[in-house]
Amino acid sequence: MRKRRDARTAHDHDGQDDLFGPPPSAELRAEPARLAESSAIYEELGATFPGASPSSAVSVATVTQTARDILEGAFLPLWVRGEVIDFKAHRNGHWYFCLREANAQLRCVVWSRDRRVIPAPPDDGMQVTVLGQLTVYAARGDMQFSVRRIEAEGDGLWRRALERTRAKLEADGLLAPERKRPLPRYPRVLAIVTSPDGAALHDVAAVVRRRAPHVRLVVVPATVQGDSAPEELCYAIDQVSRWNGADTVIIGRGGGAREDLRAFNDERVARALARCPAPTISAVGHEIDVTICDLVADHRAPTPSGAAEAAVRSTEELVGELQSRGRHLLSTVAARIDEGAGALHRLAGDLTMTSGSAIDRRGSRISAAAGRLHALSPLATLARGYAIAQSDDGQTLASIDAFMPGSEFDLRVRDGTVRSTANTITPSDSNAEA
Amino acid sequence: MPKPSAAPSFESRLDRLEAIVHELEGDQIQLARALELFEEGVECLRAASKELADARSRVQRLVEREDGSFALTDFRG
Repeated sequence: MRKRRDARTAHDHDGQDDLFGPPPSAELRAEPARLAESSAIYEELGATFPGASPSSAVSVATVTQTARDILEGAFLPLWVRGEVIDFKAHRNGHWYFCLREANAQLRCVVWSRDRRVIPAPPDDGMQVTVLGQLTVYAARGDMQFSVRRIEAEGDGLWRRALERTRAKLEADGLLAPERKRPLPRYPRVLAIVTSPDGAALHDVAAVVRRRAPHVRLVVVPATVQGDSAPEELCYAIDQVSRWNGADTVIIGRGGGAREDLRAFNDERVARALARCPAPTISAVGHEIDVTICDLVADHRAPTPSGAAEAAVRSTEELVGELQSRGRHLLSTVAARIDEGAGALHRLAGDLTMTSGSAIDRRGSRISAAAGRLHALSPLATLARGYAIAQSDDGQTLASIDAFMPGSEFDLRVRDGTVRSTANTITPSDSNAEA
Repeated sequence: MPKPSAAPSFESRLDRLEAIVHELEGDQIQLARALELFEEGVECLRAASKELADARSRVQRLVEREDGSFALTDFRG
């Protein structure tokens, strides 16, 4: 623009210098010499040469396109250092900002297709180095720097991207500790979302084969790095969720450089993981960096092998557990039987004791009866000097009716029997019985 | 989590076993009932052990059909 103004000034076409800003620098003031030079060349080429005269004036597009071709040809892609100002993320997906130094600015653009490899937009005021191609944006006639990569001091952008995603997930409660589900103790089906030809699958399969062949391993393939990785990982995780046949789900990859973990820091992948109905283990194989997937998953394992070890218990261990439960069952039922036997034994004891005391009670009743019997015994009466008349068959002869004059009977006294004969039988008076 | 398989899982068998032992340890239990539980417990143990013993390591691949249903195919990595 300034060149054009100088050209106009030199030719004095319209004299509207003041419309074109401050006076040109010394460098630009040197240009009238070049104009004189070009006039000489044009004279040789003729007035019909494009741009040589008003009648052969070129179009604006020709100028901007030529300028672009020259700029792009003159500059290889290069790294430029500066401070970010006026950053804008446009609705169309492109980012715009300026790189500033003390007295210089460079207009920069990041096309949406190039944004994927840049972890996060830079902040205004951030010192960055950017890799890009100097070009001309023909529609505006502006020179701009088309940026492909941005690096902040240290790993500023990377961290910032993580923090942004993390904050969003946190706001939605997806990182809450109470969301973490325990792993099932006896999984039968273990799903793994990973690359079908990666080390992660190999390692997990090896652990399952060795430790827990009773567990079925189901692979849900997805690319784990590159541009399509986030979509593929999301799709695979959603498949596992819809299938709903896994007891535990591992998502992971073998070790990789930090840039290779990008997909595991993707917000969409994290949300897909959070939706999974089965408990999840993240095994991204990077011990230093914690990925967003690590934060959202129910468990984090340092490696895929570690995830497999955490997910399955060894068949041996389970057999041992069954055996110990078997012993417990046996001892419990044995205790029950022992208890029954003990109860029987006690009952038998009680029974013996009860019947014993019954006998004792009868014994005392007998002796009581015996005492009474003794008291009533005629022997006692005889002892006191009474006698009893008895017939030969042992009947007591207690009335005159039992006697006949001359009949014989025994008279029992205290210490023996006297053979006697009845003489006179006299009934006693009814009122004088003694 | 609902599972396509109808057979009781290893876990549900162990749970049942635990319930059986718990009942056996209770105060009010008839000896006949105890023996019945014991038999059931032994059956649980046997089935669970069989499940562990029968298993051979398998890696399969999840395949979604066009109708949205799923199948497992052998996976050759």
